[in-house]
Amino acid sequence: MARLSEENVRLAKEIISRYPRARSATIPLLHLAQQQDGHVTNEAMAHIGELVGATSAEVYGTASFYEMFKFEPVGKYLINICGTMSCALMGAEELMHHAEHRLGVKLGGTTDDGMFTLERAECQAACTEAPCLQVNYRYRFRVTDADFDSLVDDLKAGRLNDEIPAHGTVARVRQHIPVDRGVGAVPPEDVTEAPTWMDGKAAL
Amino acid sequence: MTTTEPTPEVVVDPNAINLTINGRPVAARKGELIIAAADRSGDYIPRFCYHPRMSSVGMCRQCLVEVEGPRGPMMVVSCMTPVAEGQVVRTETDQVKRAQEGIIELLLANHPLDCPVCDKGGECPLQDQAFSHGPGESRFIEEKRHYEKPIAISDLVLLDRERCILCDRCTRFADEVAGDALIHFTSRGNNTQVQTFPDEPFSSYFSGNTVQICPVGALTAQPYRFKARPWDLEKTESTCTTCSVGCRITLESSRDELLRYQGVDSDPVNHGWLCDKGRFNFESVKSDARLSNPLVRDGASLVETSWSSALSTAASIITSALRSGGATRVAILGGARGTNEDAHAWAKLADALAIDSVDAQLGDGLPAAVLAYSQATIDDASRASTIILLSPDLKEELPILYLRLRDASEKKRSRILEFAPKGSGLTRYAWKSVPYMPGNQATVVASTLSESAVSAQMAKGSVVVVVGRSNLAESDEYTMAALDAVMAAHPSATVLPVLRRGNVRGALSAGLGRRDAVDILTDAANGEIDCLVLVGSDPVADFPDTDLARRALAAVPNIIAVDTFATASSTKATVLLPAAAFGEKDGTTTNLEGRVTRLARKVTVNGTSRPDWMVALELADILGHDLGATSVAEVHADLVSSNPVFGPATRAALSAHPDGVVLAPLATVTPTPVAPPVAEKPGFGHRLVVGRKLYDNGRNVSESPSLAPLAPGSALHMHPLDLERLGAADGASVKVSGDRTSIVMNVVADDSVQRGTVWAAWAQSGANIGELIDATKWVNDVKVETL
Repeated sequence: MARLSEENVRLAKEIISRYPRARSATIPLLHLAQQQDGHVTNEAMAHIGELVGATSAEVYGTASFYEMFKFEPVGKYLINICGTMSCALMGAEELMHHAEHRLGVKLGGTTDDGMFTLERAECQAACTEAPCLQVNYRYRFRVTDADFDSLVDDLKAGRLNDEIPAHGTVARVRQHIPVDRGVGAVPPEDVTEAPTWMDGKAAL
Repeated sequence: MTTTEPTPEVVVDPNAINLTINGRPVAARKGELIIAAADRSGDYIPRFCYHPRMSSVGMCRQCLVEVEGPRGPMMVVSCMTPVAEGQVVRTETDQVKRAQEGIIELLLANHPLDCPVCDKGGECPLQDQAFSHGPGESRFIEEKRHYEKPIAISDLVLLDRERCILCDRCTRFADEVAGDALIHFTSRGNNTQVQTFPDEPFSSYFSGNTVQICPVGALTAQPYRFKARPWDLEKTESTCTTCSVGCRITLESSRDELLRYQGVDSDPVNHGWLCDKGRFNFESVKSDARLSNPLVRDGASLVETSWSSALSTAASIITSALRSGGATRVAILGGARGTNEDAHAWAKLADALAIDSVDAQLGDGLPAAVLAYSQATIDDASRASTIILLSPDLKEELPILYLRLRDASEKKRSRILEFAPKGSGLTRYAWKSVPYMPGNQATVVASTLSESAVSAQMAKGSVVVVVGRSNLAESDEYTMAALDAVMAAHPSATVLPVLRRGNVRGALSAGLGRRDAVDILTDAANGEIDCLVLVGSDPVADFPDTDLARRALAAVPNIIAVDTFATASSTKATVLLPAAAFGEKDGTTTNLEGRVTRLARKVTVNGTSRPDWMVALELADILGHDLGATSVAEVHADLVSSNPVFGPATRAALSAHPDGVVLAPLATVTPTPVAPPVAEKPGFGHRLVVGRKLYDNGRNVSESPSLAPLAPGSALHMHPLDLERLGAADGASVKVSGDRTSIVMNVVADDSVQRGTVWAAWAQSGANIGELIDATKWVNDVKVETL
């Protein structure tokens, strides 16, 4: 916990090797840290700083720009209910109210069992399907109170495990770019020829 | 009539650019920014984020001006737009004014109008420009932003976030100039704020500069906060003498009390920056522990007396010492912390009495011969294609020189080739950092310089050798031998000596380096000195070999100390004379490159303290020697006329050149090659390396309440693998033994320390590493054992 695990350090080094400059890997590594712990810990940010050659303050400055990096523990399922215009007109406020009662937490809070965090979100670009919400950034459309209840029941019972992984999971299958298919860590200004696997099909 | 005179060839400067600002032609250089060109032409453009010593970011948008374009006038950000040939710039049109007023109105939407209680009020760029370039009133009626006030981002700097206008000056300074990116913008949009990493303070040696460049009152310094209003401050320009870089500063006081130092932008020296030690140690000048009246020994105690009686006691001590055994029975140590005039007066007194045992350094510097090599200035070093470091950790000892050399490396002007017994602040910027075992540096230097890649690099352009004392626990001859090795490989190299004390170069040039302090103290310990005069020096605390210093002072029957504070050495004094401190006396000082600049008096002396030069003149007078001067101006005139080294530093020259006059190399000494024996690796134990940290037990830190807690304390640094082999945990207590004695210290794992060596900081509270240093040895080895 906290700092990146040995396996993740190995992955981190592979990710860093894809960039001409190590600090370009900061955001992918933050995702890796969030996948490991469910949120980005201070220790992980300091560790990322060591890996990419930046200070902890620089990593924190970059990370805190993005809403989707969490610095406090959140539930296994992060539920974002849209509260922008279309959803608001179609009953988002009432849905939020119901959700607060159903989960027993206020907006922004996490249930005692660590399963759910409830948040209000800005427009999720599904205005035709209002009111909508996202669970770990997976959509649910035209959500009624009953839909919400059954969603919570399904999540608790693990019936949606295949569709919705725990918060922070970027991908359950990580792709490894074979060395011969990578463009290599060459600064763009120094690239003189197309990667070999392109067989000259693309001109520079 | 025909003329044979050829028509003069018209030379077109390819970098010259001609533009028009507000209808007047302005000559500029290619790549220059509109705002910089306008500054020169006298057309003031308001700005918050632009700073001429940092890169432009265009954060605040306050410097919008109108530039004539193909589709009519357009608004550009003048701190981001370079000048162009034929460009037509207008800075005062209605459109520009509307834009500038709009920006001010938006900045003030959230900025509190708490100017009456804000430290910056009265010297605030936002306040000033709100008046000069603002709309006069705001249309915003909404509640302003509130934050917890203030948050401490370091031990010295506080941040009031609601005042911040996000100009990026402090964060840019931390990253670009200081290289300590410990503060950064966090969050986004309306929540953006400057923050440190949680629980990791902005503990940069340069943090005070962010307070000076903050264009609002968001950043304030703990020592100055709520102490004065800017319009009550009286200012005078002077030179910092905390170390030998000699940064230009203003001394600012109110009601005869020093309250603040600010950096002045001196192009050849400090570029406006100061280190925190130099900036905040004004607190020590007004310390209650200062001596205020002369003290003369009466039995076991020192009693206050008048100057006349103290001086006649001092004179009779000197007279009886001279009578009993001649001039060899009297010695003078110190003088490197005063002014050139102080040093000159003491040197003249030593001349008059034919005293030869005089040293301004305390066995912790280098022989004066280092000043006789072909000399380089700081500018030369920062423009050299190769900078060779044979120096202590510049970040710890001469912080602003560290900034200049770091900048040279970061801007790709110079490559740094470092030779060091331990990793330093510049190691991460070095092109090549070569570690050596103390005692072997000349060999390592010679073999490294013979590598083809290194000699190819050195052949590219000028080479400057930065040379100083990197280890107090070895003979200074090793450094000189390493310097000779560089000069042998590259005879055209120039030397930048980095002796540390404020005016050590002035003191040595004035003639206060006649005999090595090690020899003087050895004589004293053998009972061959009857009278020791300490001019602002404290051998017990400052001489590397503590045991020798103690024995020497115990064996001298009479000590005369001239100092601002009572010290470990002056407790044994027969006469203790209070000296005027920095800021309390006029004069000139000489920095490490030989640059003479003026020092100014800002406040009245503490008690009846007198400047060192005056003490020397009065003593001389009682002893029957007229030194021919009665004021600091006359001492200076005498220095310039009688000492050819100081010849160019006349009053008129110093008035004409506020940045100072650079002296020629010291011609009175000749470098003689030295060949100290190569010290092989310690077969048993560890080689001792002793260096310095910026904050130590020195009086200007320990008597400054804001700085004193920053000294790290005594610890033994050891490579993690050596530590593992020893079987001690990080932080454990260990026994460290030399030949004479052993001390107990906490051990710290530090991978900048070489294997086979241990490193300790000089003059820290806790165990004194000086107990283990034997100044008569070439190198010192110690044995480390677990308890």
